Amino acid sequence: MNSNTKFNILRTGLSISIALLISFGIIFLTSKEPVNAIVQLLTGPLQSQRRFGNVIEAMIPLIFTGVGVSIMFAANEINLAGEGAFHLGGLVATYFALNTTLAAGISPIMTILIAGIAGAIVTLIPAILKIKTESDVLVSSLMMNYLVLYFANYILSNILRDPKAGAVVSFAVPSVTQLSTIMPGTRIHIGLFLALIVAILGYIFMFKTKIGYELRITGENRQFARYSGINVVKITLISQLLGGFIFGVGGGVELLGMYNRFTWTSLLGYGWDAIIITTLAKKNPIHVPFAAFFLAYLRTGASIMARSTDVATELVTITQGLIILLVVAEQFLSKYKHKMIAKEAKATLGEKEGE
Amino acid sequence: MIVDAILSPEFLNAALRATTPILFAALASAIAAKSGVINMALEGILLFTALFGVIFSSAFQSAWLGLLVTMVMGGLIGFLLAFFVLRLKTDAILAAIAINLIADGATILILLAVSGDRGISSSINSIIIPRITLPIIENIPFIGAVLSNQNILTYVSLIMVVLVHIFLYKTPLGLQIRAVGENKDAAESVGISSDKIRYISLTISGVLASMGGFFLSGGYMTRFTTGMSAGRGFIALAASAMGGNTPIGSFLVSLLFGGAQAISNILQLGTLPHELVQMLPYATTLIGLGLYSYSKMKKRQRLTGK
Amino acid sequence: MSQIVLQMNNIMKIYPNGVVAVEDVTFELEKGEIHALLGENGAGKSTLMKVLFGIESPENGEIILEGTKVDIKSPLEAIKKGIGMVHQHFMLVPSLTVAENIVLGVEPKKNSLFTDEEKAIELSKEIAEKYNFEIDVREKVEELPVGLKQKVEILKALYRGADILILDEPTAVLTPQETKELFIQLKKLKEKGHTIIFISHKLDEIKEICDRATIMRNGKGMGTYQVKDISTAEMSKLMVGRDVVMEFDKKPVQLKETVMRVRDLCVTGTTGIRRIDGLSFDLKAGEILGIAGVEGNGQGHLVEVLTGLSDKYQGEISIFGKNAKEYSIRELRDSGMAHIPEDRMTLGCAKDMNILDNMFTNQYHKPEFSGRVLLKNKKLEEKAKELIKEYLVKCKSYKQNVGMLSGGNIQKVVVAREFSTDPKIIIANQPTRGIDVGAASFIRQRIIEFRDAGCAIILISADLNEVLELSDRLAVIYKGKFSGVFSNVKNIEEVELGKYMLGIKRDDNLEGIIYEQ
Repeated sequence: MNSNTKFNILRTGLSISIALLISFGIIFLTSKEPVNAIVQLLTGPLQSQRRFGNVIEAMIPLIFTGVGVSIMFAANEINLAGEGAFHLGGLVATYFALNTTLAAGISPIMTILIAGIAGAIVTLIPAILKIKTESDVLVSSLMMNYLVLYFANYILSNILRDPKAGAVVSFAVPSVTQLSTIMPGTRIHIGLFLALIVAILGYIFMFKTKIGYELRITGENRQFARYSGINVVKITLISQLLGGFIFGVGGGVELLGMYNRFTWTSLLGYGWDAIIITTLAKKNPIHVPFAAFFLAYLRTGASIMARSTDVATELVTITQGLIILLVVAEQFLSKYKHKMIAKEAKATLGEKEGE
Repeated sequence: MIVDAILSPEFLNAALRATTPILFAALASAIAAKSGVINMALEGILLFTALFGVIFSSAFQSAWLGLLVTMVMGGLIGFLLAFFVLRLKTDAILAAIAINLIADGATILILLAVSGDRGISSSINSIIIPRITLPIIENIPFIGAVLSNQNILTYVSLIMVVLVHIFLYKTPLGLQIRAVGENKDAAESVGISSDKIRYISLTISGVLASMGGFFLSGGYMTRFTTGMSAGRGFIALAASAMGGNTPIGSFLVSLLFGGAQAISNILQLGTLPHELVQMLPYATTLIGLGLYSYSKMKKRQRLTGK
Repeated sequence: MSQIVLQMNNIMKIYPNGVVAVEDVTFELEKGEIHALLGENGAGKSTLMKVLFGIESPENGEIILEGTKVDIKSPLEAIKKGIGMVHQHFMLVPSLTVAENIVLGVEPKKNSLFTDEEKAIELSKEIAEKYNFEIDVREKVEELPVGLKQKVEILKALYRGADILILDEPTAVLTPQETKELFIQLKKLKEKGHTIIFISHKLDEIKEICDRATIMRNGKGMGTYQVKDISTAEMSKLMVGRDVVMEFDKKPVQLKETVMRVRDLCVTGTTGIRRIDGLSFDLKAGEILGIAGVEGNGQGHLVEVLTGLSDKYQGEISIFGKNAKEYSIRELRDSGMAHIPEDRMTLGCAKDMNILDNMFTNQYHKPEFSGRVLLKNKKLEEKAKELIKEYLVKCKSYKQNVGMLSGGNIQKVVVAREFSTDPKIIIANQPTRGIDVGAASFIRQRIIEFRDAGCAIILISADLNEVLELSDRLAVIYKGKFSGVFSNVKNIEEVELGKYMLGIKRDDNLEGIIYEQ
């Protein structure tokens, strides 16, 4: 392991610790029972099988979004429409499941694929807009999210809404299409395997395939990629398409696995969660499940804490923000890093002179 | 019917109102961009300061004192963004995303801690900035109905367009901001600390955005609600970009987006499905951005020749 | 003995990527002299001066200014201490006026709030007149020619009261007339008591204008000399560490089929100016066509259209008998085109990826290295190791990031990649710029080997030695046109060639550039 990798691990660990410490500080400031809150936050998920099951359940969509955004960001495009892609994936999955009658095995597969395609369209629009008009992907992708949200709200209340249900929710998805639970006593569903497969395939895609190689070069230095003969426009589109597809699949899986009705009337924030995951995973899909587990654990801990104490779950949103801030802060601990590198250089210099 | 509604002075009055928060944020974005940093944290700053406005105006029982403290807080957040971007070399976009995330969580937590309210500041007795009528102008037909009887902050936002213009183009600091944004190395080579200039720019950016945030909960609405910035910070980013990051350009584009917002507010009361109408400001921004970028691209291509 | 104004003792600078740019260098400056800092590209001259100007902080060493030890942490401190620097790349804000650029950072104010534009113009005019610089201070900098931009840079430093003026390769971008004018102005500055550090690697210029010279090589100091007491030959020997004249073993040229045909090529630049203005030439397998010229005379645009990076041109280019516009970059490369780019960092590599990743970007898709979907990583690793050995790339392993290597080694990675595809046409744009002598002669040797094996090569270089040594035919490019063509390269005199490069001389008869109509 070289000094750079060692340093990165050290810094990530420290960043997480500092972010947690600050969060504890906030708990102490705002809570009447701070110690209990922190204990619940950190150990709550381990207290029962059901709770630990909650961690795994929460991890599933995070893996999809983490892999999806890793692939989109690898092209050095800050496309934030993953949020909308996930949302539309859930909507389209609901619509498709309610309007088709397919055999038990095929129904969920088809539904998820269609959800993926819907997601791909959402992330592709900003990418195409950039190619055709050179408009900034950052802003256009953010606008896509709001467009998807209100579109979904429209479809939900005008087409999918179950009038017999009290709240604004869709009709229930037929049980043949729902993803089956794989562990009794929890709601962990078959989507977990799908998520892990996506992470592994994502890794193979990025580091073992020709397109992945082209994608990484394009992201690191677009001009160099073009000079080398790589079709950078095609590669960028593929990465945005694939990333959005994975987001859409994630939305579909989440809906079929954890909900039986479409109930999303506001953005769920998975697009932003994806950013922290890809930051922690350093854009490598194989690291995504670990980062997703960490975040899911934190989330589950927070909701247990919120239920049993006076601290709100939103505390972890702050923790997440802090982690992103610290992990991507290049100068954080950089003096230490420069010392390490200068030491190495001096050592090699000594070797040369000793020859 | 819709056309009639849009040409009515009542509508234009409402459009100007809806423009106000976007305009403050767009000016904030323009100053940051002129210094060479994209301030995507505007969304979070709007949200934070919308809450602070409610809290501080209630605490001091004075809208103006509340506004002042809120502006200080906005400046602090801008400074914090600058600290991470400049001192710790954090990517400006990721740092902004982090701040926006923190704003999402912290506003809920703070609101809960301060008032026990969840999601909406119903138990905080906040004070809002009043509307005023403009003497003389109010009597001019049509124009009076458009311009008069606006919130004071709306007038302030219009004055700000002029002030920011003078600041950027007529003062030494403005000159240095533009120099740093255009060629950082050149500015550094004559001893201008580009970091210092950007700290100042982002702090000012935060202050300007905070006025927009205050207006959201203390003028446009009378309460704070969770997530009430609703993407206005992002829309403002688009507005200043399309306005060439100049104050006057940003103003004109903000008017367009504010108009779209106002139309959507009016149409929601009509027979059209309100969800689709709500898409209007975002769709306008998306299409506007596309058209603007396209024309810019074409212009450049024409210059290059074939 | 004159008074010593500045001493830099035992300076050492290590860059964050581990490159030791300056190693234990000592430098001394006497009041009122023009002192040359001499060395090849990458010898550490600029880094040493950046340390003096507070841009880089050294790992070791001390700076003594006027007898007191100083710690210069920023350019601002350097400026306050009377040090000014004119950088190689101009530090100007294009959209601002000359006056605004001159007063930037120390603007005159009115009502203590606003910029006093009138005063700024007045002050700028004053300083320009004091030093006899002819310039319209109201003009926007982006509209000025290069020579005037440099004057603005010097005025900026003088306006801030610079006693010591550092000029980083000031003549690199100037025409001969502008150079002459600059030298006259430098002598005037010297008379007025200013001390000048003149960074250069052009020996004749140093002979002409400098009093003393400090020579650097590979980050180390090679001593300080009175210019009048040292010959150009001795200086160059100290600078490169061996006799400059390299004789390559070149077999007589054996021309084969025509591989490239260019007729009436025109390229228009972004500002609407013709960058390539009616070029025609042929290229045959087995020859090296040298294209000499001062930088910025259209070489960049020529390379862009020849290598497929741009198809915005008029006229005709045919490669292997096919219209160049019908090729994609990938197709062009697959049919045998290799391209060593001028700027290895922007076009030639991805610095945050490892050596292996950088070595196969032009050939990973070939059956040797990949299947339909997957890469054959074993094969790539083997080949990478092989290439590192063959091209003598100094690195820990193929997993090291390219950005951590020295310039010469990065260039070797680029060359290894481009040459390992068995190319039929090589377009080499400044293939040895800014790299150490060993690496440079290695690369030149390889180019000759390829030519002997029947490859067609276009060599574009500002290094006269290089083009004269390697070329079989030599064309000089000036303002987008060939100003002269030489079929017998051995007989060209350098001075003569210089005249063509500077546009002083121009042949209308370009015989030998086209083989057949």
